[in-house]
Amino acid sequence: MFNLSPDEWTAVELSLRIAVVATACALPFGIAIGWLLARKDFWGKTVLDGLVFLPLVLPPVVTGYLLLISFGRRGPIGQFLYEYFGIVLSFRWTGAALSCGVMGFPLLVRPVRLAFEAIDRRLEDAAATLGANAMLVFLTVTLPLALPGVIVGVVLCFARALGEFGATITFVSNIPGETQTISAAIYTLTQVPGGDAAAGRLVLIAIALAFAALVASEWLSRRAAIRFHGG
Amino acid sequence: MLTVDVEKLLGTFTLAVHFAAAGGATALFGPSGSGKTSLVNMIAGLLTPDRGAITLDDIVLFDAAKNIDVPPHRRRIGYVFQEGRLFPHLSVRQNLDYGRRMNRRPRDSKKFERIAALLDIGHLLDRRPGMLSGGERQRIAIGRALLTEPRLLLLDEPLASLDAGHKREILPYLVRLRDEAKIPMVYVSHTPAEVRLIATGVVRLEDGHVAASGGLELIKDADADLFV
Repeated sequence: MFNLSPDEWTAVELSLRIAVVATACALPFGIAIGWLLARKDFWGKTVLDGLVFLPLVLPPVVTGYLLLISFGRRGPIGQFLYEYFGIVLSFRWTGAALSCGVMGFPLLVRPVRLAFEAIDRRLEDAAATLGANAMLVFLTVTLPLALPGVIVGVVLCFARALGEFGATITFVSNIPGETQTISAAIYTLTQVPGGDAAAGRLVLIAIALAFAALVASEWLSRRAAIRFHGG
Repeated sequence: MLTVDVEKLLGTFTLAVHFAAAGGATALFGPSGSGKTSLVNMIAGLLTPDRGAITLDDIVLFDAAKNIDVPPHRRRIGYVFQEGRLFPHLSVRQNLDYGRRMNRRPRDSKKFERIAALLDIGHLLDRRPGMLSGGERQRIAIGRALLTEPRLLLLDEPLASLDAGHKREILPYLVRLRDEAKIPMVYVSHTPAEVRLIATGVVRLEDGHVAASGGLELIKDADADLFV
């Protein structure tokens, strides 16, 4: 059953790499924006809030197209990245990581924001009276207390990145070995005669990965809860 | 020596307080809503007065006219809150050690043991705050504030959330603290019996103003003993 061909293994490996890189790169931004939205009032907050959540409601192909015209080689940001840093995103796995990160971002920000909103801010005052400056208060009190929410956000973002299809295929196409993830490979296999068995194997792997992510998040959240409430 | 001369508009309520406190334990005494907690929050730096000044031992902590406002983490004022406010994600030992770590001071196990003995908390060190009784939690909170070597200790109704039994458990520690730790204390309370046991001086607040200040003779309601 799990005698995957080298191409199929490549798709699995590539999917995992893209999802891991996408989530890891999105995480610091997700924490920063989640914190901003939870704690600060500033001009344009509603706009930022809307922008973050736009990928959740837009058709993925629209998000992918927007990424293509802005991060493509001739797009304004893509051109800048190439000229000054030599970075090319279009039709590369790094571009797939970008589109997966953008698509997973709202799912990351939401639980992070809720976690920051739920923290008892009087604990932060207590930390300040004990000598902690704003940065230390954040690192030793706020962030650890928000950890369960951050874990939920990371798992959701990772799962979304793992399964992303529409935006990715629009932005970086479907190139075996470079941008062909599990989802894209399944799509390709269903388009050719005799691809059903291979598609079935990848479908099972996709189910197994999604399930593993859920179990992992459950386990991590429970551990965090035990740390907080004693046990 | 702590001198406070501040004004602050809180909604429709005006707090305008002027008092000085020497060593020992000064009680801020008054009914609920008289502005006691807002006042200690201003001393700690958690609330900014509209006008006035706060000085502690010749150090200006706040002066509206000179634009001085030392942030709470640099005031070196210990604060024991009504609800303890222990960090739930840290063990008791880590809670006690928190101030030392934030101020990057070297470990001083002698001092740690002395304070753990004073408050009788040595056997609780490896527990989580969630596993403590209310009285134990308040003792840890007092120890945590003491271990930062504060120049002044603020206690905001530290017994208010405890039942009579636990109040009786904590009171002797507070008296010991006053007599042994030699740190000036500002003790907020609306309970005459508590004030009579702990305070050496009294500032009586009413409706955001100082109604009277002086010694223990200001506490008259001898019948209101809540510890029976």
